[in-house]
Amino acid sequence: MNWETLGLSELRQSLDDKKVSSTELTNYFLGRIKKQNPELNAFITITEEEALAQAKAADDFINTPGENPTLCGIPYAAKDLFCTAGIRSTAASKILDNYIPPYDSTVIAKLKEQKTVLLGKTNMDEFAHGSSGETSSYGATKNPWDTSRMPGGSSSGSASSVAARLNPWALGSETGGSIRQPASLTGVSGWKPTYGRVSRYGVIAMCSSTDSPGALAGSVQDLAMIAEVISGQDPKDSTTGAMEVPAYFSQLTADIKGLKIGIPDEYFIDGMEDGVKQSVYEGIKELEKLGAKLVRVSLPNTKYGSLVYAIVAPSEISSNLARYDGIRYGHVTGEAKDLLEVYSKSRDEGFGDEAKRRILTGTYVLSAGYYDAYYKKAQKVRRLILNEFEDVFKKVDVLAAPSSPNTALSLGGASKDPLFGYIADQLNIPSSLAGLPAVSIPCGFSTSLSQGIPLPVGLQIMGPQWSEQKVFNVGYAFQQATDWHKKRPLL
Amino acid sequence: MLTAEEVLKIAGLARLELRPDEVKKFQKELSTVLDYVADLQKVDTEGLEIVSSVTGLENVQRLDVPVVAENRDQIMENAPEIKDGFYKVKAIL
Repeated sequence: MNWETLGLSELRQSLDDKKVSSTELTNYFLGRIKKQNPELNAFITITEEEALAQAKAADDFINTPGENPTLCGIPYAAKDLFCTAGIRSTAASKILDNYIPPYDSTVIAKLKEQKTVLLGKTNMDEFAHGSSGETSSYGATKNPWDTSRMPGGSSSGSASSVAARLNPWALGSETGGSIRQPASLTGVSGWKPTYGRVSRYGVIAMCSSTDSPGALAGSVQDLAMIAEVISGQDPKDSTTGAMEVPAYFSQLTADIKGLKIGIPDEYFIDGMEDGVKQSVYEGIKELEKLGAKLVRVSLPNTKYGSLVYAIVAPSEISSNLARYDGIRYGHVTGEAKDLLEVYSKSRDEGFGDEAKRRILTGTYVLSAGYYDAYYKKAQKVRRLILNEFEDVFKKVDVLAAPSSPNTALSLGGASKDPLFGYIADQLNIPSSLAGLPAVSIPCGFSTSLSQGIPLPVGLQIMGPQWSEQKVFNVGYAFQQATDWHKKRPLL
Repeated sequence: MLTAEEVLKIAGLARLELRPDEVKKFQKELSTVLDYVADLQKVDTEGLEIVSSVTGLENVQRLDVPVVAENRDQIMENAPEIKDGFYKVKAIL
């Protein structure tokens, strides 16, 4: 049986019917990881021993009478910025190379309660700073559609491993495109939750006002199943919302007749890849065929999103990364003469280029004399962006647009450009700054960039805060009518 | 372009000891980022409030009840240097 071709609800059924055990599934996917990971570099740590122990516990549970939790016995992988008790969690940074968290992040704890099986920790841009996977201290992740290309980032290993079906699904996180963009570039479905829908507790912090832990999987149906499990208020993260978590999965409906879908002009930018534009237009036409009403809308402040982000994100980063001081955990220098040098040398040795650039940028714009001109100004323009979305959602139910202006670029392109991420993520950042939920779904292929090698294109659906169900329904309806999400790379 | 002194000043504030080649590199790269965001100054933001919470939550509180952490040993095991159950640091004064 090719277990990698099944969705989560089919895996659930197979486990419940005892057609396969969790141990068999776990060995099967570990086998795929061992075979493909040397080429893809999607994993930083493979947790074989722990996975087999968790699979055994899941099998024992399944073999006792009673209902099994939704994800019980199903293997998955987690981006390496989710803290996992007893398993090293590096955030792909040398400064955390030896860090073994003494606790689980809330999301990991919820998945443990379900008796899921963690196969390993996936590669990513260092501290999630990047959109290519190339800023990782553990080497770049490769895109399984063409291994000379990047999978996008920062959830690069999660996207690459799900695309190659090394694991049925993976945890990722988005701060400004880090789920949607790699999902788009690798042809998988990705969910960026409403800010505060999923707890940030134990998720190594980048930009706390937009960090949103989420997931990447083979379909929107799978994402809805995962969302039900990992969402919810958490006393350990005071920014999580009190709203109840709907039964996203059982309430999925492919009936989107009469739903108003806004198509924002500003998301079809100059210089956009032709093949992307074409596939996205066709995807939108498909939604119209399904009965949705298309409404042309304008969001003129879109162009300021990345500029606001280029100030707000580094500001929060410079503050969040101040904790790495070589005293309580993480890398410590062997060269220090005094306490100040312990800090400054440990940090210089431990952080990569991109992290340093963002720490310095943040420190600069927050420093005395510059705070009003940069940080305060950016947070006011952010208000304009929030207001603009609020207004547009009075007219339409959701927005549809390309997830990324281009398909996967060749490896090596990102590392030299200090603005790479801000430009790559310009179609994701505004909604991230506004805390909106979104999914990215595969909607076709483009050959504009590559000599004939088809590369996946993503269509994103964005909704008002807390409108996950609506966003999932649109993606689900699309995937009931098309089979782009079922296409697999040849490996 | 930022001067070397400016970069060294913020690096000091950020507790980053930069190598000389890094100072040069960041002089250029930070200027690129600052040029990139310059257009924000043109936006009219008169009367707008800054965003401090996107979902509108305010002053979320909980009871201040101490709890015992059972994982003290695992926490301390991550420290580069400990002595008698305390973190060891270099002399401060």
